[in-house]
Amino acid sequence: MTTTSLRFRAAIVSVALFLAFIGIWHLATRGTASVAIMSPEYAKLMGATATQGKSAMPGPSDVGAKLWEHLKRPFYDNGPNDKGLGIQLGYSIARVGLGYLLAVMVAIPLGFLIGMSPLISKALDPFIQVLKPISPLAWMPLALYTIKDSGISAIFVIFICSVWPMLLNTAFGVAGVRKEWINVARTLEVGTLRRAFTVILPAAAPTILTGMRISIGIAWLVIVAAEMLVGGTGIGYFVWNEWNNLSITNVIIAILLIGVVGMLLDQVLARFTRMVAFPE
Amino acid sequence: MTEKFISIEGIAKRYPGADGGKIAVFENLWLSMVRGEFICVIGHSGCGKTTVLNILAGLDEPSDGTVIVDGQAIGGTSLDRAVIFQSHALLPWRTVLGNVAYAVTSKWRSWDRARVKAHAQSFIDLVGLTGAEHKRPSELSGGMKQRVGIARALSITPKIMLMDEPFSALDALTRGTLQDEVRRICLETGQTAFMITHDVDEAIYLADRIFLMTNGPGAVLAEIVENPLPKDRGRFDLHRHPLYYAVRNHVVDFLVSRSKSFAAEVPAHDPRNLPVVRIGRPDLVIASVSEAMHEESKQPSCPGQAQA
Repeated sequence: MTTTSLRFRAAIVSVALFLAFIGIWHLATRGTASVAIMSPEYAKLMGATATQGKSAMPGPSDVGAKLWEHLKRPFYDNGPNDKGLGIQLGYSIARVGLGYLLAVMVAIPLGFLIGMSPLISKALDPFIQVLKPISPLAWMPLALYTIKDSGISAIFVIFICSVWPMLLNTAFGVAGVRKEWINVARTLEVGTLRRAFTVILPAAAPTILTGMRISIGIAWLVIVAAEMLVGGTGIGYFVWNEWNNLSITNVIIAILLIGVVGMLLDQVLARFTRMVAFPE
Repeated sequence: MTEKFISIEGIAKRYPGADGGKIAVFENLWLSMVRGEFICVIGHSGCGKTTVLNILAGLDEPSDGTVIVDGQAIGGTSLDRAVIFQSHALLPWRTVLGNVAYAVTSKWRSWDRARVKAHAQSFIDLVGLTGAEHKRPSELSGGMKQRVGIARALSITPKIMLMDEPFSALDALTRGTLQDEVRRICLETGQTAFMITHDVDEAIYLADRIFLMTNGPGAVLAEIVENPLPKDRGRFDLHRHPLYYAVRNHVVDFLVSRSKSFAAEVPAHDPRNLPVVRIGRPDLVIASVSEAMHEESKQPSCPGQAQA
């Protein structure tokens, strides 16, 4: 009862904040600038800002109308620089998905190894410490030079940025499995492989999933920047392209969608985390 | 049947000390048990009791000496030796049934689901948890968790049960009930059991023989107290037995004072031939271990011995 009413009250506050934000935005972008007197020929060359005093910044109604337009036709394809937002987001999600999947395939087994073997852990530690803080975009020229394909380079950059949180969390989770659970498996003469899957994996799963959740967030942050560099397709490229077109409306829409997709990706991982969590 | 079912022969455990030397938790420790016997090792915290149990379980390795179980030197852990952990050590992501079934499938890998389930269920019933099979450990009380621990240990039908202060984390009422359960199950199944405890009453209620351990480092098993109470003792009239307080006082005296001073008082202590204390039989107050073993083999001390 109290939780639903709290939720309800929070929703009211959220809606109020949203409306206030839209209102302020609307007021701030009203056309207030003075209109210069100019000849009709000259006015044709000028934008609405100069002729009607309209703000250069689009207002909420402009963005809303444009967003509706995009949502109506998300998958149109009119050539290289004019694709629907659904297609652009699809490219970005596919790149993130591929790079992320590769990272999962490398980070989880390697993290297991590091977590289970103090020798490997100590031996790999200096490499991880040096490689981890490198901005994923710093790899881009090297990736472009060696891979020679901008699309695959972007996937590589996603791979390299999402591998570290998963690797470290897996190693941490595996190394931190309670000794008594390991001892239970030992007294039951459970073999190494079965022990890894029946005791260590479920015990470390919440920590591993936390790493995966951090990774997907970082991957989604990085894909926008990576696509701005590699160009061609993707939501990051779309943002940059629309900036070159000086379409602030489209830039705002892209920003909004990047946020929404990022949230959805995080929610998916949060759901998986809840599935493997266990109360003690 | 060998006379000594379990024989701990001269084990030692040493750790590297701060000054580069070795600190011995205990040295040259000997202990033997016959089949179907219930023994308790009692001593203060830190004397190395748990280390002895872990070595017996195969979870820890002695720095010296060997442990022989059923005629064979042990090398590591075994399904023959089940451990009931102090902290119950249930896998929290598995249900009660899942925890017991995990042990069952570990022992009988070829069994199908239904058979594993039926076997696990029978041990869940045995410890009185019928109806709680599908609960997770976090939904259980401390006593119920430890019951699952007991069911899991028993389900693999071990040759010996090793218990490391299994009830010390429980409240007095639950502890009493579980002691009853353990005693009932051990008597019914003729289970050989080795229990570590620091609870004197628990030791007197459960054990056939009580091994007293001095304080560490350099702890030794000082003496064996034979429990003079009848086999069919009950928890509630235990203290009415004429010899109860004599035994209890002897053990408490040991824990209070002699556990510290024992090494100085008895410099000629022979760890292979522990003195046996037989309270209430003044003619036999002190005897050597070999005599005690001999006597026990003549008159079985536990119904389980006859079955085995």
